Amino acid sequence: MPVKHLLLAAITITVLALISLLIGGGDLSLAALLSPQEGQYAAQILLISRIPRTLALILAGTAMAVAGTIMQMLTRNRFVEPSTAGTVESASLGLLIVTLFAPEASVIVKMLVAAGFALAGTALFLRILRLVPLRSVLTVPLVGIMLGGIIGAVANFIAYRFDLLQSLNAWTTGDFSGVLRGRYELLWIAFALTLLAYLAADRLTLAGMGRDFATNLGLRYRSVVSFGLVIVAMVTATIVVTVGMLPFLGLVVPNVVSLLMGDNMRRSLPWIAMLGAGLVLVCDIVGRVVYYPYEIPIGTIMGIVGSALFLLLLLKGRERLA
Amino acid sequence: MIEISNIRKAYADTIVVRDVSLQIPRRGITSIIGSNGAGKSTLLSMISRLTPMTAGTVTVDGLDVTKTPSDVLAKRLSILRQDYRIGSRLTVRDLVEFGRYPYSKGRLTAEDRSQADKAIGFLGLEALADRFLDELSGGQRQRAYVAMVLCQDTDYVLFDEPLNNLDMRHAVGMMKLLRQAADNLEKTIVLVLHDINFASCYSDYIVAMRDGVLIRHGSPDEIMTREAIREVYDMDVDIRDIDGRRIAVYYT
Ligand SMILES: Nc1ncnc2c1ncn2[C@@H]1O[C@H](COP(=O)(O)OP(=O)(O)OP(=O)(O)O)[C@@H](O)[C@H]1O
Ligand SMILES: [Mg+2]
Repeated sequence: MPVKHLLLAAITITVLALISLLIGGGDLSLAALLSPQEGQYAAQILLISRIPRTLALILAGTAMAVAGTIMQMLTRNRFVEPSTAGTVESASLGLLIVTLFAPEASVIVKMLVAAGFALAGTALFLRILRLVPLRSVLTVPLVGIMLGGIIGAVANFIAYRFDLLQSLNAWTTGDFSGVLRGRYELLWIAFALTLLAYLAADRLTLAGMGRDFATNLGLRYRSVVSFGLVIVAMVTATIVVTVGMLPFLGLVVPNVVSLLMGDNMRRSLPWIAMLGAGLVLVCDIVGRVVYYPYEIPIGTIMGIVGSALFLLLLLKGRERLA
Repeated sequence: MIEISNIRKAYADTIVVRDVSLQIPRRGITSIIGSNGAGKSTLLSMISRLTPMTAGTVTVDGLDVTKTPSDVLAKRLSILRQDYRIGSRLTVRDLVEFGRYPYSKGRLTAEDRSQADKAIGFLGLEALADRFLDELSGGQRQRAYVAMVLCQDTDYVLFDEPLNNLDMRHAVGMMKLLRQAADNLEKTIVLVLHDINFASCYSDYIVAMRDGVLIRHGSPDEIMTREAIREVYDMDVDIRDIDGRRIAVYYT
């Protein structure tokens, strides 16, 4: 698709970002920002809460959509994303354990531990896939969901014993209402990782065509898979640590983009990134508006919108996906 | 030259390729024939390092395929497998251009693009170049894969059943194209073929396998005999000389 369309999409994202900046609990209008009395107060809100929140939305949406795409390339299955592969549950378990044993650890350390767990969990998932003989399209996510269920149950049990259920819930349900300056910056790491993925777009696309195909073209398949896994694990861990999991995003966005423009990641990744950011922004705006002045957590909205879109995809795209 | 010495492949206790040794000379077409399950595909994927071998070695121009870095080998030898199932939605042009990956690593030069255009032209895919692979017919897709492998432009090219899904006209076109590549571009081509008459008419050597064992190899004239074919397929066929070619009449 031509650059013109990409530009149009970027403008749409910008408009959504502006809307996202201007709505919310405390009063913040352009007029307030410009008036001498309230100006300073409004600017404070903007800097401490609104801008961080909007940035966090964009960064997390982008990274999650890209992570989903990478998972789908690595497993060659369109129904896989961090929340259907045990990745999210593993990251939460890791975070839980580090919270228990080293509550004082810095957020970076916590994130790295969570990423380590996410990596191990996802690698285990790939391992199981290799052992499961008949891989129909749907067994793959089923295996992932079951694995996630087991890991999640362990995490739940531990959290219950140590009275951390609330934290666990926060990690697994995306919520941006608590985002403030100083609490979201980790997401820039996730964003940097998606840029890294873009640099490796050709290798990831090739890996998506299968081991034999990639090897024939001289690709070191295993190292590309490892690279992809590390990115997915780190992105998931950062998102779990900062804002909580955004379900379905990594499933819906890559599938829609794939239908529209194919799987050559050098071409599709910018679109996946933008659609991811756009969808999160829209869901967040909806969550803040429908029940004003209260907020519905974005995880809930995404769950509804995402599962509806996903069902639609399942029904519409079945002949292609099967 | 491809030098295969004593290679073996075993899955658990079953040996599917049993101590095969063979030298495939440079330039020309070598066809491998044999019944289903004889081990032809396994042999080809071991030669091309896609399947690890249980024992033995394969060298290509002196390079051991299991030890040579994959990206070095990718510029010398390419393979088209029998049953690629690419789930990705790529256009024909994308796919063919990926054939240049060993050279370009994703940064296509003008030279790479013109190679891709040439390959697309050779296979008559111009009109389909911007279509997605999953929206093509089986034979069109097969031609796109062949175009990709040709675009890889290696001295050694292995094709596992390249005539899969092709109609009569395209099958003959494909064999002529491969013959040209061998004669004019000095390629070394190894094919797995089920239609022994194509093997007879277009190859320089024929290799016959049965139950994992290489049982015969020689010129088409040597293999296209009643006894040899009976030994390979357990089937009595009439071999006739038609216009100086040996043709098996096996339809009835
Ligand atoms: N992964 C595997 N595990 C166990 N056995 C296998 C495996 N792959 C192939 N085989 C067996 O190895 C034997 C040789 O298979 P191969 O695919 O090489 O046959 P082929 O000569 O190419 O047959 P066809 O003409 O049907 O393509 C077969 O008996 C097959 O069942
Ligand atoms: Mg075969």
